[in-house]
Amino acid sequence: MADLAHLPARSTASAADALTVGGLTHRIGERVILQDVALTVPAGRLVTLLGPNGAGKTTLLSLVTRLYAAQQGSIAVFGHDVRKESSAALSMMGVVFQQRAIDPDLTARQNLAYHAALHGLPGKVARARIAAELERMNLAKDADRKIRTLSGGESRRIEIARALLHNPRLLLCDEATVGLDVRSRADILSDVRGLVRDRGMAVLWATHLIDEVGPDDFVIILHRGRVQRQGRAAEIAAALGADGLNDAFRRVTEAAA
Amino acid sequence: MSPAAMFRCFLGILWREVLRFLHQYTRFVAALVRPLIWLFVFAAGFRSVLGVSIVPPYETYILYDEYVIPGLIAMILLFNGMQGSLSMVYDRELGSMRVLLTSPMPRWFLLLSKLLSSTVLSLAQVYVFLLIAFAYGIQMPPLGYLTVLPTLLLSGMMLGGLGLLLSSMIRQLENFAGVMNFIIFPMFFTSSALYPLWKVEEASPILRDICSLNPFTYAVELIRFALYGQFGGFSALVVAACMVAFIGGAIVAYDPSKGIITRVRAGAAA
Repeated sequence: MADLAHLPARSTASAADALTVGGLTHRIGERVILQDVALTVPAGRLVTLLGPNGAGKTTLLSLVTRLYAAQQGSIAVFGHDVRKESSAALSMMGVVFQQRAIDPDLTARQNLAYHAALHGLPGKVARARIAAELERMNLAKDADRKIRTLSGGESRRIEIARALLHNPRLLLCDEATVGLDVRSRADILSDVRGLVRDRGMAVLWATHLIDEVGPDDFVIILHRGRVQRQGRAAEIAAALGADGLNDAFRRVTEAAA
Repeated sequence: MSPAAMFRCFLGILWREVLRFLHQYTRFVAALVRPLIWLFVFAAGFRSVLGVSIVPPYETYILYDEYVIPGLIAMILLFNGMQGSLSMVYDRELGSMRVLLTSPMPRWFLLLSKLLSSTVLSLAQVYVFLLIAFAYGIQMPPLGYLTVLPTLLLSGMMLGGLGLLLSSMIRQLENFAGVMNFIIFPMFFTSSALYPLWKVEEASPILRDICSLNPFTYAVELIRFALYGQFGGFSALVVAACMVAFIGGAIVAYDPSKGIITRVRAGAAA
């Protein structure tokens, strides 16, 4: 396993790390969805959680966001245990869900204002941040259009803008580009990389699309509920003697099948 | 979280409910059409065949269409409470529920805010209904329009709490038809909404016992007394107790560590 020193297999919560997951096991009935998962997302870094459909990525993110409670193991966001200090942990993270989670009958601005209220932002602050995010996303002209009249890529960008409104330090993106065309996918990924570069934001980017991973990206390969490999994409490939990450991913998933 | 932040959060939830309500204004009309049909058609027909004797809170003989008003008000609250349940299931399918539940505010506060918001909308519908009834000639004592307000809030919160609890158990939007058949109609018909309990007892003592076990009966009676400026103490106690039980159950059900919904929803998540 090509582990890096700062991506230990069994993580211990540290306020310096954006996300620390340790010994996480989750079952639904008899079915084990996650098995002893341990990973770390360092502050200010982008980590890609790569796994095929059904690997357990969405369950993992649902546990991190407290939609479900972890049955075994620990999860901490900047040192805050999501179970004991869920309010502090949730206020530090922004989430882009796999399933579209935006009201199609409300306008972009109304959806963003709703999110700002859910985080208790004062009206003046909320209005300023909404305007700034819409401007940054080049969606200011669409602010008062209903979501159902926007394209898939535009509404996805609204969801990313929404996730950033409360100035989180960790962004969780669950298959954020699924169903989008190549151009929209590239735009969104580039925007998220910009957040890491310019704002020092930590990002956990869950995807099954290998072409979204750069050779220097930190990658965690999740398959059948287990972390199979983690490290830099190029290092994982080299450690397996594979011809690139695509080949390495195929070998890992076939070996674990 | 500061009280000011929590208040802003509540206002945001209320504002979204109002917006959705305005977008679905047919819901408002539909919610009024139902009790109005009962009032204009059903009650008008029964006026001549069903006499209501002098029982508290009435001090004189009243026409059937006056008797039925509290039941129809409670009907609005009941349907809206269940509509709230539908709205929660709809939000879940749409994904909006995730946005709500990942707010840093305490989950009990989010659920209570959602509940209170939909109850406030119900109150607006009730007063529009009372206004139409007033124009139709069914007039309550003037003070009754004010004294009924807290009972509407209490009853609305109880029925909304029931809807919230049910929403944690309903897996799909399609299952809402079951709620209609197994919750709304039995609750409405086995209550004092349409007939006084002594009339029900004449027909069937067992049915009367069933009616007296139905919390909806107490909501109807609480509203009935309040409309005449009187306080139905026992009814208030039953409604308050049921409200606490239903809302408490819903909060437990929506708690990720204790809730039944963890099991219900996680199946689709992997």
